[in-house]
Amino acid sequence: MIDKRYRSAAEIVAQCPSLQDGATLLVGGFGDAGVPHQLLLAVRDLGLHDLTIISNNAGSGDGGLAALLQAGAVTRVVCSFPRSAGSVVFEELYAAGRITLEIVPQGTLAERIRAGGAGIPAFYTPTAYGTPLAEGRETREFDGRHYVMERALRADVALIHACTGDRWGNLTYAATARNFNPVMATAATSTLAEVRQLVEHTPPETIITPGIFVTRLVAVAA
Amino acid sequence: MMTPLSTQDIARRVAADIAEGAYVNLGIGLPMLVADHIPPAREFVLHSENGVLGMGPAPLPGAANPDLINAGKQPVTLLPGGSFFHHADSFAMIRGGHIDVSILGAYQIAANGDLANWALPGAKLPAVGGAMDLVAGAKQVWVMLAAHVAKDGQPRVVERCDLPLTGLACVDRIYSDLAVIEVTPKGLLVTDLLAGLTPEALQAKTGAALRFAQNCRVLRAA
Repeated sequence: MIDKRYRSAAEIVAQCPSLQDGATLLVGGFGDAGVPHQLLLAVRDLGLHDLTIISNNAGSGDGGLAALLQAGAVTRVVCSFPRSAGSVVFEELYAAGRITLEIVPQGTLAERIRAGGAGIPAFYTPTAYGTPLAEGRETREFDGRHYVMERALRADVALIHACTGDRWGNLTYAATARNFNPVMATAATSTLAEVRQLVEHTPPETIITPGIFVTRLVAVAA
Repeated sequence: MMTPLSTQDIARRVAADIAEGAYVNLGIGLPMLVADHIPPAREFVLHSENGVLGMGPAPLPGAANPDLINAGKQPVTLLPGGSFFHHADSFAMIRGGHIDVSILGAYQIAANGDLANWALPGAKLPAVGGAMDLVAGAKQVWVMLAAHVAKDGQPRVVERCDLPLTGLACVDRIYSDLAVIEVTPKGLLVTDLLAGLTPEALQAKTGAALRFAQNCRVLRAA
């Protein structure tokens, strides 16, 4: 019988072979909505080093991503908008030169991850053409318009937050807590999901992330 | 005595220019005021980059849902007919040309429609968000300026931007406290001018050559 459910966030991360020093992690969430806070805290407790984090923001306050940054586990961040209210930890590490930052336009970030999950190594987009974010990048003209080549993004592990999950790993999401989570679920060697509620069965038409994209899941307090 | 338009006046004018049935993305900050001035009996659909169509006003006190936020990470509501979707779909709407109007703030706009609105010299931390995707993908890009000139008196509408660009030749129209200006292949065309302001006075506050429409309309503060 397929059963992807684990008992605790600590157990799910401890038994994930992809979580090692130097790993790249996709982390879901936009602002504070849909951030896998409990998984991030569990990863922090593993004491890993030299992680790369791909996420829209760079953590606010001292929860979740900020806690992982504070622990010194992260040396590189790929994101679209690190400058958020309360993203103090990241700002300090960046100012101190202890973390490198790659800024990616938000739609390009989402599409690079989508491409990574769909087996597409690169694509062309007009976004950022002629701007500092496209400097040194391969460009090409199609039908009179200029495009920048962007490479796909994949990761060793995706940490995502969902509303409900079942033993097959089928997931649903709450309102805008969906954001990057379903896209990131497709683009990692191991996708770990924290859900607010485990359910026996998910009505098929309501499933947003089919279980094929989910390696393991755990219920966390909402 | 001429009174420049207030930010609410500018927002009211922008809202009046949005066509019935349009899909509209409002940038963070000043553009968000447009949502407060939708004319009665006009329906347009507000898109938020983090995965909402049919975004409604802020919730009543005590009714905020932390899962339902806008691009500025503020709590919002969902109107009847609204929907939620993930980030790759949200930016497929933006990058695929499905959004009718993108309304943004700006630091500088050039006579050819180049836009600079994401990076200031000396900023501690770069952050771009979805701006580059919006200007590359939306059918129309409108810029709102709370003040036609910067605080130091320098024009914001210029011959050539010297700040880092968000996009090339992407702005279609500028709404400021003094005028409405179309960006045309022949340069900047003033279609509306503040009551009591002469064309020469507007030109003196603008860093690029202006033409004035023959039937140039009069803008009045409320």
